[in-house]
Amino acid sequence: MLNHIWLWMIILSLLIAAGSDIYHETATPEKERQTETQRNLNEDTKLGQVTSAAIEAVGRAVKIAIGLIGVMALWLGIMKVAEEAGMIHIIAKIVRPITKRLFPSIPSDHPSIGAMIMNIAANMLGLSNAATPLGLKAMEELDKINPKKGQASDDMITFLVINTSAITIVPATAIAIRASLGSGNPQMIVIPSIIAASMATIVGVTTVKLIQYFQKKNSKNSATAEHGGQNGIH
Amino acid sequence: MESIKLAIDWLSIIAIPLIIFVFIGYGGIKKVKVYEKFVEGAKEGFNIGVKIIPFLVAMLMAIAMFRASGALDVLTYLLKPVTNLIGMPSEVLPMALMRPLSGSGSVGVMTDLMNTYGVDSLIGFISSTMFGSTETTFYVVAVYFGSVGIRKTRYALTAGLMADAAGLITAVFICRMLF
Repeated sequence: MLNHIWLWMIILSLLIAAGSDIYHETATPEKERQTETQRNLNEDTKLGQVTSAAIEAVGRAVKIAIGLIGVMALWLGIMKVAEEAGMIHIIAKIVRPITKRLFPSIPSDHPSIGAMIMNIAANMLGLSNAATPLGLKAMEELDKINPKKGQASDDMITFLVINTSAITIVPATAIAIRASLGSGNPQMIVIPSIIAASMATIVGVTTVKLIQYFQKKNSKNSATAEHGGQNGIH
Repeated sequence: MESIKLAIDWLSIIAIPLIIFVFIGYGGIKKVKVYEKFVEGAKEGFNIGVKIIPFLVAMLMAIAMFRASGALDVLTYLLKPVTNLIGMPSEVLPMALMRPLSGSGSVGVMTDLMNTYGVDSLIGFISSTMFGSTETTFYVVAVYFGSVGIRKTRYALTAGLMADAAGLITAVFICRMLF
């Protein structure tokens, strides 16, 4: 799916930009247009803007990734100490009743459980600096038990969906912006946000579980079709 | 409400120092060689940062092009009839479309909407609830999967976007009910 979306985002962007440039160039009468020497085509055309935006974005991508290294190192270091001490194990045990339903294939004392729970907790508190490194730590642990490297496992997708629909108890950024724009009641969005995010989580997890259910059923059907003929048992 | 908010504010300030204290302290009690283990874990930070780069470059580039070209405006125009059906004010549609794509972009759209229609208007209320209740799904997919070199994302985006859609639509309903 991502392959298609990525392809169409780029193709459509370029076609729409080119189309709007052609429209503007032909629609504006020659004399109304600035002379070519005065024009900065890079800023004046959609195609120029798209190119600049792409160049700016790839630079920003590297900056974001490099900027992550410091907090990543901090949290991976702390998690390593906690793992050695058996702390992550203890956390995983406490939340076992919930996690064994969400992630049935992960052993209940696996280190990924501890990291996932800490990531979700950090998200809830709006601690985004801690949440991302902990989430990536969880991904690393999940990848260790991933049967097909380079391909997302069911557990990884379940975790990702819980993460992207993350319930935040205090949506701090939204509240801060509301306050700065002079809202009479900036916190008014807290309860609606929690309800909307819960709904997102429920729908997301349900979608994931339904897809996993049908995929398992399909692979089981094809397996019994292959072997069923030999021993006659279905 | 005010006191709950204060308590949560304090909790989020205390949380990180407390976790560091408990985790490192517990390591000390369990006689873990804390410095050595910390460094051992931390050294992975660099690798992960570098591993994410190609994924993030691909994702942010496509999103930036999509925004700059006006393709998002075209999509907004095409989806307008749908928003009318579900009772979403068409003004907040750009917010709903931007939210899964770009964090800074959706801050921009939200600020713009609140400046134009008022912070405490229905549109301001809906757009900030949308912002508070969903995440930048495309970015999370790139960073989280990128960190372990996952290129085949299978149904992750489908499920993530379903969750986003549910969150965004719920935001509209709740705000309409409460406003």
